[in-house]
Amino acid sequence: MTELVHDYYAYWFCFGLLTLGLYGMLLKRNLVKKVIGLSIFQVSIILFFIIAAYKDGGTVPVLDERLGVAESAYYINPLPHTLMLTAIVVGVATLGVAFALLIRIYGKYGTLDEDVLIERMK
Amino acid sequence: MDVSPTYDSFVPAVAVLVSLVATGLIVLSGRWPNLREGWTLLAGVVKFGCVVSLLPDALAGRAATFTVQESVPGVDLSLRADPLGVFFALIASTLWIVTSIYSIGYMRGNGEKRQTRFFASFALSLSATIGIAFAENLLTFLIFYELLTLATYPLVVHKETPEAIRSGRMYLTYALTAGLCFLVATAWIYLVQGNLDFHAGGMLESGLFSPDALRGLFVLFMVGVGVKSGLMPLHSWLPAAMVAPTPVSALLHAVAVVKSGVFGVIRVVGFVFGPELMAGAGLDVVLAIVAGATILLASMIAMRQDNLKKRLAYSTVGHLSYIVLGAAMLTPAGFTGGLLHMGAHALMKITLFMCAGAIYVHMHKTEVSQLDGMGRAMPWTFGAFAVGALGLAGIPPINGFLSKYYLGLGAVESGQLVVLGVYLLSGLLNAVYFFPVVLRGFFRPAPAYERYNEASPWMVVPLCLTAVLAVVFGLFPDLLAPIYSLASGISAEILPTFPLNSP
Amino acid sequence: MIPDHVAVISIVVFLLTAIIIPLVSRWGDRLPYAMAVAACAVVFILNAIGLPAVLAAGEIHYALGGWEPPIGIELVLDPLSAFFVLMISGVAGIVLWHSSRPVPAELPGRGSVFYSAALLTLGALSGMVLTGDLFNLYVFLEIAALSGYALLGSGTARAAAATFRYLILGTVGASLYLLGIGLIFLETGTLNMADLSAILAVTGLSPLLVIGIVFIVAGIGLKMALFPLHLWLPDVYTAGSTTATALIAPLGTKVAAYVLFRLLFFVLEPDWVRVDLPVTTVIGWLGAAGIVWGSIMAIAQDNLRRMLAYSSVAQIGYIALGLGLGNAHGFIGAMLHALNHACMKACLFLVSGNLRAAGRSQSIAELDHSLQRSMPWTAAAFTLAAISMIGLPPLAGFFSKWYLLLGSWEQGSWIFLAVIVISSLLNAVYFFRVIERMYLAGGAKTDDKAPERLDRHVNLVAPAVVLGVGLLLLGFANVVIVNFLIRPMLPGGF
Repeated sequence: MTELVHDYYAYWFCFGLLTLGLYGMLLKRNLVKKVIGLSIFQVSIILFFIIAAYKDGGTVPVLDERLGVAESAYYINPLPHTLMLTAIVVGVATLGVAFALLIRIYGKYGTLDEDVLIERMK
Repeated sequence: MDVSPTYDSFVPAVAVLVSLVATGLIVLSGRWPNLREGWTLLAGVVKFGCVVSLLPDALAGRAATFTVQESVPGVDLSLRADPLGVFFALIASTLWIVTSIYSIGYMRGNGEKRQTRFFASFALSLSATIGIAFAENLLTFLIFYELLTLATYPLVVHKETPEAIRSGRMYLTYALTAGLCFLVATAWIYLVQGNLDFHAGGMLESGLFSPDALRGLFVLFMVGVGVKSGLMPLHSWLPAAMVAPTPVSALLHAVAVVKSGVFGVIRVVGFVFGPELMAGAGLDVVLAIVAGATILLASMIAMRQDNLKKRLAYSTVGHLSYIVLGAAMLTPAGFTGGLLHMGAHALMKITLFMCAGAIYVHMHKTEVSQLDGMGRAMPWTFGAFAVGALGLAGIPPINGFLSKYYLGLGAVESGQLVVLGVYLLSGLLNAVYFFPVVLRGFFRPAPAYERYNEASPWMVVPLCLTAVLAVVFGLFPDLLAPIYSLASGISAEILPTFPLNSP
Repeated sequence: MIPDHVAVISIVVFLLTAIIIPLVSRWGDRLPYAMAVAACAVVFILNAIGLPAVLAAGEIHYALGGWEPPIGIELVLDPLSAFFVLMISGVAGIVLWHSSRPVPAELPGRGSVFYSAALLTLGALSGMVLTGDLFNLYVFLEIAALSGYALLGSGTARAAAATFRYLILGTVGASLYLLGIGLIFLETGTLNMADLSAILAVTGLSPLLVIGIVFIVAGIGLKMALFPLHLWLPDVYTAGSTTATALIAPLGTKVAAYVLFRLLFFVLEPDWVRVDLPVTTVIGWLGAAGIVWGSIMAIAQDNLRRMLAYSSVAQIGYIALGLGLGNAHGFIGAMLHALNHACMKACLFLVSGNLRAAGRSQSIAELDHSLQRSMPWTAAAFTLAAISMIGLPPLAGFFSKWYLLLGSWEQGSWIFLAVIVISSLLNAVYFFRVIERMYLAGGAKTDDKAPERLDRHVNLVAPAVVLGVGLLLLGFANVVIVNFLIRPMLPGGF
């Protein structure tokens, strides 16, 4: 039981972040807070990949003359990192579009509160 | 049994397509009414010619076929002018010409709006009807069957009054539900045996379906074709649809649509299930009971209708079930009688509807109780009405007698004297609800109608023509067209051996 | 020679045109429009060449940048993906052809940005279809989504508000998908679909994989608006600008459905998702529920666009139902329906756009029969598409329903069968309601003077009519499509 916590604490932390993000997205009334939740949600998934690639005692995946390429077990897996670079870019773009929409909404309705917004859209 | 020999020919396709092309031409020439009506008449004549040219081969037992392409894998979209199809197509195309002339008179005389849409839908419905007649398999049948529903919808709602729109909704609800039932049944057969071609004497491969499955299929099919053929309790759209202009009621609700339904019943009974399976699963009895009940109930309801067209509509419901009952007896005379009645009823009912329309356009009267003495002003119209009414009651020498004679013969052949009783009783009831119309027209005094004041010849000539035809066919069934030979040939095809081997 | 490069060129044409358009737009107002239509035409022609080649010679793999898979990313042109790219470019081409008036009218001065975003979306959708790599799929998914948000959110502020909700839910969907492929990557160490399929064939399912699949299905389900994850859809389609909706509504959800088909039936063993994991069963039931719910909600709507949006929810249900059946007929029905529905929905949204262009209200209660006189072609196109939606022969919709019906019967799913039958009737209810109002006076007072003709612009009318007539042709050609295009794409195990 304890190793579930001990060995996997990073994943639990990740899971916590994910929940936090979901909570922010779905339950916060303020649209900007929703976007913050969205961001947290995305980051938690990015972290998940990073954690998954981590290896105890592994080194950065840059060719080390002393280790050579024969023993790939010494390096941590580089692929998730590169993938997450792309995911981060996607996340940034999403934020950009989200804020563009919010500016448009605020410009028209003068509010970012969901309840007020729904009221004013009628 | 042998499949009748076939040969490839364009003629069935032309017969279907000619009015489809006419539909397009009618829409395009909407601004020139004379040209527009010219297309209708031209298409009617060409279509009639096509069907007549198929007649000799059909009599000789050879069927012209035309395959367009596959409509779903393994099943072709194909036409086959077998005797039954030619028989029905002959009725429909003959009466289309007559009705076209009549509807020109009616629509102009009445100053109706949207005549272009009217004539276009009319032509389209005729394409669908001929397609139904010549459909070689269930799927082709279904495609044209649904097309007929769509094409007749604009006709039902033609007046665009709230009442018409309500009737249109009702019609669609009934017809589309029926179409879906038919679709499900077709899909079922397709999955089980992969072959959907009609086959005289039954297409279902025995052994593939359990009796319960057969009953299920039968119910689906009967809902599918029962709506259009007005089997109770699926008939209520028909009286409601009487809100449409009279030519529509005449051609569609006396000939094309309802006869497509009855034609479907004969196809299902004789060409899908076949007499053996029907009798084996006891389906003939069920069908006969429903049809018999419909005949009597409809006749009784008809007596209580004051609106002339409604009365005619309920009479139609009853007479359609004559045909269904004839088929349900599964005897040669029964089928022959049913087929003859299909033609006879079409001819007589169209006469009656055209009379009703002439009265409406000319005198603006719709109720039976308003007709007192009108016969003296419109002797031709009321004379034709009398012929139709007498014929439907089964009085010789009008063709209704002949068909009813064969139906009665079928009842005797099958040993079901109850059925004979139903026919006789219903004949009486027919007399009871039709004769008052004639009596009122001719014998009730009415000063307003002393002078001769007949409707436009565009209307009177067609209705007299059909009345005369009814008498001619009653006296000499094979004189103008070999109706009787064709009908008896079809029943021999469906029932090669009689009595049936299995009990 | 050409077929080998069709996959990559298709994507590049779209993306490159998207980049060029803002650069050249200063030299002509009509240039972006022309280039966008041309790009669709080019891709359509390319795939029309590529598809027969693929059918003849088998799937074509293209390793991007010369990096061989599984290390590099590959594009795969097989019958399924070529079919979808053909559909995307064809429908999009027609919709963009229609856009010559709506876009300047609804988005004045933003034409070049709009077309750029539209082509970005199309390129990304093609990429989603063509890619053979799970992560690359995610990237394309997000590009399509982001440019899609931009498309739908431009226009009114109301559209922006609706799109914001879509953005939140859409990003959740994409992130769940990413999480899912993360889990699969952890378990198998590969992201290449073919490689993954080969590995899984040896190792079989593991709990982690199952969780991954569930995340993926949930994520894509959100993207394809599978009931009950469809909540974002009605608002977005109602408020979006004409062309944006007509572009996204027929294509976006279909491509998401394609991803499910690809992953569940091609990457995984079909028998796992059908037998071991009841994933397809769940999807099928959700589809059936969506059909009923979408149809009922569509009946309740007064706004035409909203009605169409709910009808989309129902139609996605058909595709999901076909997937859920998990047999050959279901697969054929779903694929055919994807194609048919793309054409029907595009046509219907174009009609709604024509109403907008003519200054007409979208409210069904305010439609009247003067429409039929002032816009006869538009009304005719609507009628054709509506009849096809109801599923009456000989229009295309009938045939996809036919295959789904066969599939349900084969499976013995009486409830699915009943759902298909009932939904046809419900479709008839809400479409005939509109047709009635378009054509019949219904007791309203009639004015006999001929109203002004409002649909004289070829670019507004012709695309809708082409799609409507196309439905008729698709109906007649369904056997050809099924036998020559869809049957070769049936996955193993069917």
